[in-house]
Amino acid sequence: MSVQLDRRSEIRADARAAYARMVEIRLFEEQVNELFAAGLVHGTTHLCQGQEALDVALAAVLRDDDVVAATYRGHGIALALGMTPASVLAEIMGRSTGCTGGVGGSMHLADMSIGLLPTSAIIGAGLPIATGAALAFQTRGEDRVAVAVFGDGASNIGAFHESLNMAAVWRLPVLFLCDNNVYGEYSRIDRTTAVLDLSRRAAGYDIPGESFDGMDVDTARTAIAAAVDRARNGGGPSLLEARTYRFAGHSRADKALYRPEGELEEYRKRDPIAVRRSALLAQGVSEGELAAIDARVADDIAAVVATVSADPLPDLAAMFANIWTEPAAAAR
Amino acid sequence: MLTLTMSRALNEGLRCALRDDPRVLVMGEDVGALGGVFRVTDGLLSEFGPQRVIDTPLGESGIIGTAVGLAMRGYRPVCEIQFDGFVFPAFDQIVSQVAKLRARTEGRQPMPIVVRIPAGGGIGAVEHHSESPEAYFAHTPGLRVVYPSSPSDAFRMIRQSIALDDPVIFLEPKRCYWHKGEVEPEAELADMPPLLAAQTVRLSPQRGVADGPPRYSVSIVCYGPTVEWAMRAAEAATQQGVTVEVVDLRALSPLDLGSVEASVQRTHRLVVVHEAPGRVGLGAEIAAAVSERCFADLYAPVQRVVGLDIPYPPNRLEGAYLPTPERILDAVAMTLAAA
Ligand SMILES: Cc1ncc(C[n+]2csc(CCOP(=O)(O)OP(=O)(O)O)c2C)c(N)n1
Ligand SMILES: [Mg+2]
Repeated sequence: MSVQLDRRSEIRADARAAYARMVEIRLFEEQVNELFAAGLVHGTTHLCQGQEALDVALAAVLRDDDVVAATYRGHGIALALGMTPASVLAEIMGRSTGCTGGVGGSMHLADMSIGLLPTSAIIGAGLPIATGAALAFQTRGEDRVAVAVFGDGASNIGAFHESLNMAAVWRLPVLFLCDNNVYGEYSRIDRTTAVLDLSRRAAGYDIPGESFDGMDVDTARTAIAAAVDRARNGGGPSLLEARTYRFAGHSRADKALYRPEGELEEYRKRDPIAVRRSALLAQGVSEGELAAIDARVADDIAAVVATVSADPLPDLAAMFANIWTEPAAAAR
Repeated sequence: MLTLTMSRALNEGLRCALRDDPRVLVMGEDVGALGGVFRVTDGLLSEFGPQRVIDTPLGESGIIGTAVGLAMRGYRPVCEIQFDGFVFPAFDQIVSQVAKLRARTEGRQPMPIVVRIPAGGGIGAVEHHSESPEAYFAHTPGLRVVYPSSPSDAFRMIRQSIALDDPVIFLEPKRCYWHKGEVEPEAELADMPPLLAAQTVRLSPQRGVADGPPRYSVSIVCYGPTVEWAMRAAEAATQQGVTVEVVDLRALSPLDLGSVEASVQRTHRLVVVHEAPGRVGLGAEIAAAVSERCFADLYAPVQRVVGLDIPYPPNRLEGAYLPTPERILDAVAMTLAAA
């Protein structure tokens, strides 16, 4: 077992650990935002506050040998699947200790050892890739599952429709998990998308489709588990729509002024972390215990920021490595 | 004369085009209500309404394909692609349809489509957000490819591109969007220099500069975001007694090879600069054309100062990737040393 897979297994069995992971994702994103504002993270970042429950639910359901193709809004998924905050932050900060040596950055996280296929900034790119991974599993008779995680906006691009059709025709063990956070960049979903219940798109490919509250980790886990089990047992692909909300702007400095007044506040009432907290309190976990988790996670993240900030930058040669099988071919 | 940023100059150019010709449409992801990620379409929706300034769903292939249908029914669509790397889902429509339909209809169906693409690096973004895709398009017969370097050229060339009956891939140097320059907003299309024409600026050594041999001269051919750097390198070279002609191509397909040839005949040395990877790039095309046309005029091998043959690197490494003034100066020195 690796550190990453140990971290993943923690959240499967233990509700407190799952809560802690959600807090970790939240604090991590807030920290990235601060580092960006301080000029220590360059380029851009796409944060996922509001979507933590979905990420943790998915990771808790998947087996260690399943694979996930996700997007640029992928810090939460990476952490949920078990990557360490240090390896993710180092990648975001362009350090050689990052998960791809610091040459990928915030949008290009990957950890092939735990089945996180490289995330991509190209909308829709992950869907056919997950479909292909599923075809490989099916061809070899392996009972593994591939998952594509993508946004509501991505359901409008051709690759979405091509993938669902292929997966349906071949009955592939793939889950199409749409994270409907209400916005595609600066446009609200109702201005760009013909159906608002995105799971209805499943009907066009005659596969099961279901929408669920993606801000409640238990609800999400139940829905995802059903679809993953179906895929694993030869029942073919499903389209799931997780209803979430993007608390932050689309990227870096976006203040999301295009949101209707009061909308953010409404969704904040369903903040996945607050929801989870209340549920645990109702189950008898003490406030003191939760506060201790919050404090521990905050300390851990602060420690990670301190270490990673001192990590080395990649060597220039890193740019030329791994373009082709023969390193010399790339550098003229 | 107005002093405008390049982003604003393009915005004014689009505004003029929308005002002057009811067939002109602007379309793309978040071009309307938001005004575009680089503010190029700011304010156009409120001025011209949602039938002329169209916020599209996400889907580049759909955007360009829709523009083809609109063009076939008499409209003149100007499509925005948000970042260079996002044009590739539309590559099929561009190279298989847009570029070929005029020929397929024996010239009866013009394709007055402009595809605007913020391109190039230098803003600290990574791959997909910093690419220089010009060679893919310049390789495709039927497409015109242009790449302005200044606000005034941007204003002029966007208007000319929209007025043209050929499809134009209109690349915008994104790291220059906030550079300012003088723009003549009242300029008439008829009075503008041809869209195809390159611009040559000659910089001579200042009097009193410790002189290199007076015959030392070199042409630097560049375009888009690299023009600024070529000018900086040229100014530094003149301090060392070198005469430099900076040729801003402006149009990459078709190419104004006449201007390049004329300059090389005056200077006898050539450095080509671009940000795109060097292999099979515009620099290779220009070097080949120069050797075909005026080989005997060259005193030194043509030098290329280009992007590296690797995926665009993240911000911490991009300084080593880009054709900076220092690298251009080194190449100038190489051509002089060969003489
Ligand atoms: C092919 C392509 N076109 C356009 C973009 C620009 N872009 C980046 S994110 C985005 C919106 C995506 O929305 P959604 O799928 O809902 O994902 P979210 O960002 O909400 O997670 C767009 C249009 C892109 N990255 N790739
Ligand atoms: Mg979205």
